[in-house]
Amino acid sequence: MRRSAIRDKAAIVGIGQTRFARTLEASEYEMAVEAIWNACEDAGISPRQIDGVVRYDIEQIDEEQLLSVLGNPHLRFFSATSWGGGGSASVLVVAAAAIAARLAETILVYRARARGKRSSYGPGKHQGGRYWEKIPNVLPGPNQWHVPHGLVAAFQEMAMISMRHRIEYGTTDDQYADVAIAFRYHASRNPAAVMRTPITREDHHRSRMVSDPLRLLDCNIETDGAVALLVTSVERARDLRQPPAVIHAGAMAAGSHHIRLPTFFERPFEEQSPVRVARELFAQADCRREDIDCAFFYDFFTSMVILALEQYGFAPRGEGGPFVENGGLQWPRGRLVCNTNGGQLSEAFIHGFNNTAEAVRQIRGTSTSQVPDCEFVLVAGANTDPTGAVILRRL
Amino acid sequence: MAGEERSFVTRDIPLPAPTPDTAPFYEAARRGELRLQRCSDCGMFRHYPRPACPRCLSRRFGWERASGRGTVYTWTIVRGPTLPAFESKLPYNVVDVLLEEGVHFVSEVLDCKPEELYAGMPVEAVFVPVTDEITLVKFRKAQSSSAPST
Ligand SMILES: [Zn+2]
Repeated sequence: MRRSAIRDKAAIVGIGQTRFARTLEASEYEMAVEAIWNACEDAGISPRQIDGVVRYDIEQIDEEQLLSVLGNPHLRFFSATSWGGGGSASVLVVAAAAIAARLAETILVYRARARGKRSSYGPGKHQGGRYWEKIPNVLPGPNQWHVPHGLVAAFQEMAMISMRHRIEYGTTDDQYADVAIAFRYHASRNPAAVMRTPITREDHHRSRMVSDPLRLLDCNIETDGAVALLVTSVERARDLRQPPAVIHAGAMAAGSHHIRLPTFFERPFEEQSPVRVARELFAQADCRREDIDCAFFYDFFTSMVILALEQYGFAPRGEGGPFVENGGLQWPRGRLVCNTNGGQLSEAFIHGFNNTAEAVRQIRGTSTSQVPDCEFVLVAGANTDPTGAVILRRL
Repeated sequence: MAGEERSFVTRDIPLPAPTPDTAPFYEAARRGELRLQRCSDCGMFRHYPRPACPRCLSRRFGWERASGRGTVYTWTIVRGPTLPAFESKLPYNVVDVLLEEGVHFVSEVLDCKPEELYAGMPVEAVFVPVTDEITLVKFRKAQSSSAPST
């Protein structure tokens, strides 16, 4: 085992969220503040004590806007992680590194999304509708190699990656359904979830094909809402209101398998970023894969959860499909209980931040689908480059 | 008028803006040639265009004519939603073609029904002018019966 400087140095001590819904009236700004206030209340920390911020680079509510509502704090550390879903756990790696380096004491990590057309910020690049609806008509960058052929959205790119997985390994619609059914079942137990009606295999198979091989029920749901997390040092965490979720290990990776398809298939599976992230995580950690009690994969599509099981080494290459069969991911008796909130597929799509909040609840023992005696939880970003993941543990 | 309608659709498709890195590709496409960067030191082809070789780090390269032959590596059938410019085409395919030269190329197989696509299907490049400047490289089912890799 290799000791990393961030190991067991920081902990998530506050989680806050807004209501999740298809469309909320509130602005991103209002939602961000509500989630942050809720996280502070949860932790017993004043917003004035926040001295660091890590956000997404696509987050609209930036440090400048936050400073004007946090009661005149003095930020000592601010940073952003990139690449959408890939960065959803990377924010915690950056926060833990900053805490370990003593660059800040209380770091806010958050995501606020108003994807509905009612966004008070109007049609910007990443909100007020779908980001790909704002693709400019002139393409000087790498998207010129696929957008002019009609490949305009992540779900289409992931569909092509999923199709290749089916070609090589025979992954099936039934296995996709197994993921969707398990996560919807978890959502049915979670009052915060947007989609709470359980679904059947037939519901899945009958849902409309969006981009072969992905059906509507293979895709995350579009929602509004915000999630905020507070990260502080483990020493300080001991004195706070909630049992801390210690950031035990964390890793990020970027390589040559960028989401942009002309390069995605250039390099072998072993070099994919999540595979490298997993190697690094378990080299740092006190636990083995078998010790992970509960996992949160970035479930933007059912097929990508199946791929993640292989990338993170829970299933051999090509056997992610069989792994999810017969309730393989389902609470309480799955092989690996995953996404107990319902995930992005059924709870809400807050770019994975809601998965992290639920991971913290699992560590605290307060999930609506609680894994007994939960000690180690994996939280992973999306499957394509660049990405990151953390292992949380009980103190 | 039908012609105007066509140009309206054309204007709405987001189009590449050639840069010094990519202009040779589009100049070749206008002439009906598929040209790819090839490393002058290790000989590896690469796509998309970039100023150095990911294998040997050489910055010396040429633009070599590719055969235009390849096979379908993976694909999707887009059934919507999509950009308004592509809505009239729904459903349409997007394919990842593995070219003989060993690189992947995202495009479309023209005149091909969704159910006809399969992995390993031989295809060949065709050139579709969209504006005076931009010709898109598309594919069609290989016309010759010989396997494209021979
Ligand atoms: Zn080279």
